[in-house]
Amino acid sequence: MSGSFLQDALIYLATAAIFVPIARKLGLGSILGYLLGGILIGPFFLGFVGEEGKDIMHFAEFGVVMMLFLAGLELEPATVWRLRKFILGAGAVQMAGTTLACFALFLALGFGWQASVAFGLAASMSSSAIIMQIFREKGLSKTLASRSALAVSLFQDISVIPILALLPLMAAAAAVRPPDTPATLIDGMPGWAQTLLLLAVANAVVFAGRFVFVPFLRFIARVRLRELFTAAALLIVTGMSYLMIRIGFSPALGAFLAGVVLAGSEFRHQLESDIEPFKGVLLGLFFIAVGASINFSLIVGNPLLVMGLVVGIVAIKAVVTGATGRLFGLSFDQNVLFTVVLSQIGEFAFVLFAFVGQLRLLPEATINILMGVTATSMIFPPILILAAERLLLPYFGTRESVAPREPDAIESGPSGVIIAGFGHFGSTIGRFLRANGVAATILDNDSDRVDVLRKMGFTVFYGDATRLDILKSAGADEARMLIAAIDSPEINRDLIERVRKEFPNLEILVRARSREDAYELLDAGMENIYREALDTSIRLGVDVLIKLGFRKYSAVRAGQNFLKYDEAALRTLAAQRHDQDAYIYTTREQIELQEQLLAVDRDKLPNIHDHAWDQKRED
Amino acid sequence: MKNVLILFAHPRFENSITNRALVAGLETVAGVTLHDLYEAYPDFNVDVEREQALLAAHDVLVWHFPFYMYSAPALLKQWIDTVLEYGWAHGSKGNALSGKTALVALTAGGSRDVYTPAGHNRHSLGEFLTPFEQTALLCKMRYLPPFAVHGTYLLKEDERSAYVAAYRRLLGLLTRDDQNFRGAEAYDYLNDWLAARQDDV
Repeated sequence: MSGSFLQDALIYLATAAIFVPIARKLGLGSILGYLLGGILIGPFFLGFVGEEGKDIMHFAEFGVVMMLFLAGLELEPATVWRLRKFILGAGAVQMAGTTLACFALFLALGFGWQASVAFGLAASMSSSAIIMQIFREKGLSKTLASRSALAVSLFQDISVIPILALLPLMAAAAAVRPPDTPATLIDGMPGWAQTLLLLAVANAVVFAGRFVFVPFLRFIARVRLRELFTAAALLIVTGMSYLMIRIGFSPALGAFLAGVVLAGSEFRHQLESDIEPFKGVLLGLFFIAVGASINFSLIVGNPLLVMGLVVGIVAIKAVVTGATGRLFGLSFDQNVLFTVVLSQIGEFAFVLFAFVGQLRLLPEATINILMGVTATSMIFPPILILAAERLLLPYFGTRESVAPREPDAIESGPSGVIIAGFGHFGSTIGRFLRANGVAATILDNDSDRVDVLRKMGFTVFYGDATRLDILKSAGADEARMLIAAIDSPEINRDLIERVRKEFPNLEILVRARSREDAYELLDAGMENIYREALDTSIRLGVDVLIKLGFRKYSAVRAGQNFLKYDEAALRTLAAQRHDQDAYIYTTREQIELQEQLLAVDRDKLPNIHDHAWDQKRED
Repeated sequence: MKNVLILFAHPRFENSITNRALVAGLETVAGVTLHDLYEAYPDFNVDVEREQALLAAHDVLVWHFPFYMYSAPALLKQWIDTVLEYGWAHGSKGNALSGKTALVALTAGGSRDVYTPAGHNRHSLGEFLTPFEQTALLCKMRYLPPFAVHGTYLLKEDERSAYVAAYRRLLGLLTRDDQNFRGAEAYDYLNDWLAARQDDV
């Protein structure tokens, strides 16, 4: 038993370790790596995992449960309010559109209206896991396309709750539980009672969140044992899931609700950082399991039907989503991204199809085919994104392989400075340089921003700055300096690594998001590191001193000295840090870091040593 | 060999012609350290400990600057005020600089004859430099007359080269152990003392 568990673990982890890096290297993204790895080890190719793939799927679904818990945590009331226009507008339009179109498709295929509604709703789901992963890996999280896609998927996530509540109403018969699961509360209940029960449960969860979860977490937090807090977080997720299963609802729903309830609490960030690694691993496992469970015998048996459905549904979703993006004013480039990432069928569809199966709205065989269709459709977005990036956008959008060089307005011609990333950090640098007659070449991957910058006369290259061809066309061969100012520290580090290897002539000046980020960069051997919040915070502190009555010059000097001291402390502490093998910084570790810093400050206050103009000193 | 520290203060070095010529190549002269203050402390936040360590490692201190409004550029004054501390450089226990030599090397737009009682500026260069002289004496250093390049705006190429060569010669003498600048104090300018003796040429 334990032998076979270890064997399974070995196979899955090895698959992840082998395929994901290969996929990343090929620019395919991690999801495709997991899926392809899963397909390859599945029963239809290498056969490392056979029928037990199904069991793993059940286990790995816990990854989805956790993802939904985290998705719930993301639903901070403030975020939802900020995105309300897109969530309610684009979300509703996109979902209603896809549901209707898929409903019509199914009706045309000869299914009953209940089955068609259920199918339409399930097919309209998109995977927020895939969306977030793709945008994060591409460093596009801040673009309009990413925000819009996330808002739409948020709307879908939220709408799962009423869908799960309403589906039983349409069921001809009460839900039949699968033979191997324990008895549930809703067995044999009429549909309306199930709906009422679900609403009651949802309210109970909200109530429990406020009056049970939060006090419980406060109690646990006081023990000050890191692993205990992680355990407590997992306990809440597991407990909610189990409760939901016993009642007969989706465990994902329970976790999602628990997340929503805790989103407003002070533990939000701590929970996020504690669950994140589990979620990542299990989600990877989930995608592998999805790959392994794609039933190729079904596809081979009904190739036209399955492929037709996949292509049909993806096409329908793409058309509807594209129209939605247009309606809500996305530019062409952004709309392509928006459309592509939302065109798959998401993991919620697995949940919904399973539920539909339980309700006997659709026959078992059809459900199996639809599950296969869903899994297959998940392969599309990473491939389509790749295709769009390499084949489509170069001809249409903003990207130009060779930008026309402006007539040398500045006497010295090209300045030899490249800025990668023109967000709030890079843009200030670019403006400052331009104000001093230095025309930097800019690399950015937000097509809307690229458009604006081009109009303002900047030399801008559109695309992924870590790509060799784009760096080359931006003149990295002859340039003198590269300013790595990309928002995402991971992508920034990728960029640095690549540039150092391919363009050793380039001096790199790098933006660091935080102290931890700066440590990583120091470890990587970087010299010119600029922490983005450091100078500003000190400047603010100086103003506070002035407002408190300090003489301005003394306050400014204090700020200068503190900056110098903190830069020195950064390098000292970077060396010490390795004793603690703290590579993954979490919220808790950041607090420990602050504590350490404050202790050092207390021992060695930089300004006590400022004895300039002090006539009384004599030692 | 004696070590010479040139404290060079020029806020617009990139636009200067004479000073660029004077300091060009000094990095490679044995025994001479060229310390570009405006490059080291653009924020005027002089690192006192570092400067005091530098002074301790040198025997001769040259304040080298363009003459602005009859004095040194602000950063050099900042340097003097913060580095030459009471209790370190002066005061009963401040003996860190005792026995060292200090002098001023400067460039001025005005010709030598406007720095006379009858001239436009009404005072001699030596009189304008009294604060530097007294600062050196307060810090128990020997103070030598200034080395000056006058009339920088009208300088011809060969005249400038002559000044550059003279400055080189002066720095060479300053690094020599056997040279004690006997009688130099009697001159208004070190330029004159150099011209009066040709034994080292």
